[in-house]
Amino acid sequence: MSLLRRLLRDRSAVLGLVIITVLVLAALLAHPLATFPQDVTTYHLSNRLLPPGATFWFGTDRMGGDIYSRMLFGARLTILIAVVATSVSVLIGVPVGLVAGYCTNRVSDLLMRVSDVFLAVPQIVLAIAIAQTLGPAIQNVILALSLTYWPFWARLVYAETRSLRNEVFIEAAVALGASPLRVMVLHVLPSIASSLIVRTTIGMGGAILVAAALGFLGLGPPPPTPEWGRMIAESREFLPQAWWYATAPGVAILLVVMGFNLLGDGLRDALDPRLRRGGDGR
Amino acid sequence: MRDLSVTFTTEGGIARVLDGIDLSLLQGEIMGLVGESGSGKTTLARSILGALPPNARLTGQTLRFDGRDLLTLGARAAAEQVRGRTITFVPQDPFSSFNPLFTVGDQLGELMRWKSPDRQPGERIYARARKRADRDRTLAMLRSVQLADPERLLTKYPHELSGGQRQRVMIAMALLPEPRLVIADEPTTAVDVTIQAQILKLLRKLATERGVSVLFTTHDLGAAWEICDRITVMYAGQALETAPVASFFREPMVPYTRLLLDSLPSRDAGLRGIAGDVPSLVAPPTGCRFHPRCPGASDVCRASHAVAVALAPEHWVRCHHPHREPVRA
Amino acid sequence: MTPDTPILELRHTSTQFPLRNAWGRRTGWLRAVDGVSLSVVRGEILGVVGESGCGKTTLGKTIAGIFQPSTGEIRFEGSEIGSLSPTEGRTLRRRLQYCYQDPGASLDPHWKIGRALEEPLVIHTKLSADERRARVRGVLAAVGLPQTHLDLYPHELSGGQQRRIGLARILMLRPSLVILDEPTSGLDVSVQATVLRLFLEARARFDLTYLFISHDLSVVRLISQRIAVMYLGRVVETGATEIVFAAPKHPYTQSLLAAVPEVGGARVTETFWLAGEPPNPTNLPTGCRFRTRCPRAEPRCAEQEPALRHLHDGRMAACHFAE
Repeated sequence: MSLLRRLLRDRSAVLGLVIITVLVLAALLAHPLATFPQDVTTYHLSNRLLPPGATFWFGTDRMGGDIYSRMLFGARLTILIAVVATSVSVLIGVPVGLVAGYCTNRVSDLLMRVSDVFLAVPQIVLAIAIAQTLGPAIQNVILALSLTYWPFWARLVYAETRSLRNEVFIEAAVALGASPLRVMVLHVLPSIASSLIVRTTIGMGGAILVAAALGFLGLGPPPPTPEWGRMIAESREFLPQAWWYATAPGVAILLVVMGFNLLGDGLRDALDPRLRRGGDGR
Repeated sequence: MRDLSVTFTTEGGIARVLDGIDLSLLQGEIMGLVGESGSGKTTLARSILGALPPNARLTGQTLRFDGRDLLTLGARAAAEQVRGRTITFVPQDPFSSFNPLFTVGDQLGELMRWKSPDRQPGERIYARARKRADRDRTLAMLRSVQLADPERLLTKYPHELSGGQRQRVMIAMALLPEPRLVIADEPTTAVDVTIQAQILKLLRKLATERGVSVLFTTHDLGAAWEICDRITVMYAGQALETAPVASFFREPMVPYTRLLLDSLPSRDAGLRGIAGDVPSLVAPPTGCRFHPRCPGASDVCRASHAVAVALAPEHWVRCHHPHREPVRA
Repeated sequence: MTPDTPILELRHTSTQFPLRNAWGRRTGWLRAVDGVSLSVVRGEILGVVGESGCGKTTLGKTIAGIFQPSTGEIRFEGSEIGSLSPTEGRTLRRRLQYCYQDPGASLDPHWKIGRALEEPLVIHTKLSADERRARVRGVLAAVGLPQTHLDLYPHELSGGQQRRIGLARILMLRPSLVILDEPTSGLDVSVQATVLRLFLEARARFDLTYLFISHDLSVVRLISQRIAVMYLGRVVETGATEIVFAAPKHPYTQSLLAAVPEVGGARVTETFWLAGEPPNPTNLPTGCRFRTRCPRAEPRCAEQEPALRHLHDGRMAACHFAE
């Protein structure tokens, strides 16, 4: 309750929240909102590369499709990729980090070395390599993102768990006879939840950016799927004349990534345990 | 030597952490400020130093130190001439008060650069002659706080010292600028009894030798008994009783003081505490703040806080119903 | 079992921690607890005193199974528990509980008090949720806190209340031996007395035995029947509290007692003679550990470490000169 109030007091966080809400609404209501919903798959070569106007709000593309309508359906794809890829990364990274951080044995070392290997290669390069190998398809993009993204969560959870291990309340729970699983899930996890939420929010923005980059490189879902990165790639050859072609998806990506980052920063401030735990004055 | 006297009245902000305190300290005297946690003794110490957190507001009539009113003295002038120079501080936790990245010698050198008694006000250049003199002075001081091998100690990092050594260095740092007043905020809370005995002994000896006044805050009545000349009891931001150490312990007059002394674990008294909790400072009880826990509280206590009266020589009491008979023969 | 059977018995128990250099290589051992033999009789309060770094907390945690002893035996209620792994010892250790120095920090800041108190029952018993809640209410009343506190978070409690919750959490499992680690440090004297009284009441009511670890000698004197004085991982003197306090035989105990300020008594600062500080526990002196600070040290103290031996009045001391 007070968390929400604190969040709403932060102007940039509210801006982020608004952007993300608009994105979600656009994706959910793509059909009713779109002026030409059929343009996602059909061609109207006669309407090719028209500038923005009353009929085509954001102009048309090289196939004569309405960019505004395609953007809306692209939002669906963007959300799908971001949510699924980030969730998979969280589902892999958090348990790995917890186990590696909590236990001190060979297995935990091995887990962290594996994630180090992933982190050693720049994420985008690794994602490109995986997507290239698997071929252009939406599930491959998601897979490539998930596989390259989880070490970030593993690292975060690992570091936080390591410092929590020295906390007295964790030791007390162990002394009480709590099993490692119990300590990890019921004590460690809630304590690191806030930083996890922040990281995940910002991570969503990152996932969208990488997904768009893959699409731009032709490694995303194949045409005519309305993917934002691919739309920018297609616009390149018409760039000096058809400025609107690249503008709409470009601005959309910028806004969405910024939205997630702003919200993440706002959440970090709102969840800051130092503020919440205040008042134990001496 | 002139008589040094500090008299001041302060009032804290919304949470009235200090509520109309009068206190005076004489030249070369050790004044104990005794109270439980939350009684405002640390805040009082900080107000004198001018090191209050930014949300604190200090109001009051006068806060005079050595003839100068610290309340009207500007912040810059206070920092330059008073704080760390004529009034110094021994903190409670000697570990976190050092910067772990620099050696003890660096930190003492930095202190002497700005706060050495040889430094003229406004002097910026650290002349070599003064530097050498300061180093000698530092080594002599470290020896006088009974630290063996001070040359080697200067090259060490804070974490390489033991708790007792750190506290000794802290005392040395507080005495190096040759201050008139040392504020020691619970200097022995973090150390063991055998070390505490050594530190207290040292503090008393140095203060007496150098004629320095010490404001010694503590929650440990035993430590206060050891070294103080006079003791002031504080409760929830109010000073309740001020007395010379002998009459303070022999014939305490305020009920709170009596209960506090009774709480000390001892064979004959058994286990006696004080019921209830320290009140909230944001909405403190009216009148005397101790009245909700006081066995002898009456309507007068709820209505107003008594004015200070001297019931015996040098024995000031702020209570409507003081006990007049001694506790121990 | 006769009343005099020790509930807890330690035989030459040691706990060591490896010291590692920057490359993770072991360079030596820190002997935090070194060959301690102690026994605690059912129903008594044994005070363990010593300065910080003397190993008293490590001793408590070793008995509680938080640390593994490197050598020696720990027998609790007749069975050996020292060599058991934490999982194996869990059921045995139900009746042996460790009460943390700072109960505020030992409670999960995200958990309400009620849930924190139920946790031991969830782990160790098969009680239903209602039965658990009933027992929590019972214990909470026993430590003198109102039921409304169940819905508070740990940071909303005062220091004294946190101690009570800490004790309540321990009592949930109906232990027979409780290790109280510095239970009064950080408390104001006016609160300290009430907390100590609570410990005594709980002992009478739940039939407890306490191992009372503290650096506060005046508290230990008041509350414990027997004391053990520790210095650098060793017990240097042990015996009935009154006998030891009246006439300490080990020079360290003497200096420790002499250091305590006594209101109205002679001023310690004028008479105190012990100089220096305990040596680094990673690099112990040969022979008697106290000899570097001992005023009576002789050459034989450096050659031969004095054993803890019985004196005529039933106490034991580890000094060549004690009689």
